[in-house]
Amino acid sequence: MGNASQSIWGSMQSKGYSRRDFLQFCAVAATMAGLGREGVGEVVSAFDRKAKPPVVWMHFQECTCCSESFLRASHPIVADVLLDVLSLNYTETLQAASGFQAEKCLNDTIQNNKGKYIVLVEGAVPLHDDGVYCMIGGRTAESILHEVAKDAAAVIAWGSCASNGCVQAAKPNPTGATPIQKLVDVPVINVPGCPPIADVMMAVVTHLVVLGQIPSLDDQGRPKEFYSRRVHDTCYRRANYDAGLFVESFDDENARKGYCLYKVGCKGPVTYNACSVVKWNEGTSYPIQSGHGCIGCSEAGFWDKGPFYQHLPSFPGFGIESTADTVGAAVGLVTLAGVAAHAVMTNVRKKKIISEVHEDDQPEV
Amino acid sequence: MRSQMATTQSTAHAGHPAEYRRVYVWEFPVRSYHWINAVCMVGLCGTGYLIGAPIRITTAPEAWQLYWFGSIRFVHFLCAFVYFFNFLVRIYWGFVGNEYANWKNFFPFTAAQRKEIVDVIKTDVLQVKLHGNLSLGHNSVASLVYLMTFVAFAVQSITGFALYSSMSASWFPHLFHWIVPLMGGEMNVRYVHHLVLWFFVVFIIVHVYLSFYHDYLEGRGTISSIVGGWKFEREKQ
Repeated sequence: MGNASQSIWGSMQSKGYSRRDFLQFCAVAATMAGLGREGVGEVVSAFDRKAKPPVVWMHFQECTCCSESFLRASHPIVADVLLDVLSLNYTETLQAASGFQAEKCLNDTIQNNKGKYIVLVEGAVPLHDDGVYCMIGGRTAESILHEVAKDAAAVIAWGSCASNGCVQAAKPNPTGATPIQKLVDVPVINVPGCPPIADVMMAVVTHLVVLGQIPSLDDQGRPKEFYSRRVHDTCYRRANYDAGLFVESFDDENARKGYCLYKVGCKGPVTYNACSVVKWNEGTSYPIQSGHGCIGCSEAGFWDKGPFYQHLPSFPGFGIESTADTVGAAVGLVTLAGVAAHAVMTNVRKKKIISEVHEDDQPEV
Repeated sequence: MRSQMATTQSTAHAGHPAEYRRVYVWEFPVRSYHWINAVCMVGLCGTGYLIGAPIRITTAPEAWQLYWFGSIRFVHFLCAFVYFFNFLVRIYWGFVGNEYANWKNFFPFTAAQRKEIVDVIKTDVLQVKLHGNLSLGHNSVASLVYLMTFVAFAVQSITGFALYSSMSASWFPHLFHWIVPLMGGEMNVRYVHHLVLWFFVVFIIVHVYLSFYHDYLEGRGTISSIVGGWKFEREKQ
């Protein structure tokens, strides 16, 4: 899958791209990595000389939706070229090789590029029962991950599975699905989402390749460029939220008017992602724009915070419909009833109380 | 029978009423803390509930013509800041105030205080010891409950400001942001913040009722003391 020692420009040249195409690509790459116009020259000189970074893309407990999303990046020139720019040496989904050949590709990449290659991981790693729930080539996902990640320059955890476990880790987590950052010692970039936005994935890879460094991460290991704001903060329906104009049910007049979806369970106010800015499918739309609340798919454990159609999670042990509010209101009512009963009791026994107190108030003889 | 006896006695001792001493129990910072806190707490609970379950009070053709929910949230944040700094003042006063305001009151674990816990339960819940000689300041059960409210204050402050930090450029709320990754995301933080709301609702109900109950039972100015600061203690014979 390409000669690893070749420079990026060399590789593009051999594929028939013109210098103009190359410069265009550099400009887009610089933009995606968050550099200004001044940064383009830097990128050009880097790509002129830099060897194609070897990349291995691992698939563990996942549904391949991250790969599917990645393929739908809305900047085709970046998508096409980046896949050429990267030396994608191993990926179960796309590679032609199989069996021993595929294993050899992986081993060669690791052996020949110690400390230089990038690992992209899609999916969680199951730990229960010695990791038997995800085996590739007779080995557990855990042992493969340890071997692959040991000498990696960086690991990118694609999607919610690799970042925080996602649906496999939902209670009771039967396979012991574990996010990547808990298993490896090398730096991990979390790109959560189910799946993550294609352009975000592309931009994170670009940042790594162009600048050769890990983008600045927040306290949950997510790139700040894309995960520092809530979906809510940049939502085009935000004005309705502040105005107090809410959709009450999906078939009401308010839904037709495009009011805020907060009351029908939108998790936008607690979800950090770039959906409302970058959007999906070449910037066409995103869930809220289509009239459905955000389900918070890029937040840790969002499967266990359901139902999706109410804002507060269910209160454990009281059935699926009861939230903290129903339980709280019930406790409040019981308290009120108790206080009322107490007041009644006090009044029933009033004579006794008064006489006791009165008696006690008299000075001793 | 008893009441008859009492009447006889009171007649017999007319002219020798029990003597009470006026004691300045709640200093001004304690009283101001109490009332600022009361206003903020009611404001926070009311607006907090509405933030969780908003109601639409009016309608307009365009969203920009209204700011009802924004105002609700503004009141919530305003009360939150006032209540937080008010709480800090109270903590300070726990170190410099009088014996009734001292922080040690809120850890009622000495032998005498533990005994009083039993006494108060007998008085308040079982109603079998109606004229116990309870502490002039906070009784031990009240102290224990206030300790719980302080913990709840801390939880609400941390989770509340952590939630607020994502929409604030100020450094202050960001001091609390560490709780978000610790609890595994804002969904959990928001949930806990909402759950503790109900602790305060229950606390307010019980607290207000028991204040009146003790005022009635002890007859030494419990209710008026939180306005004027004075309580009455029976002189030793």
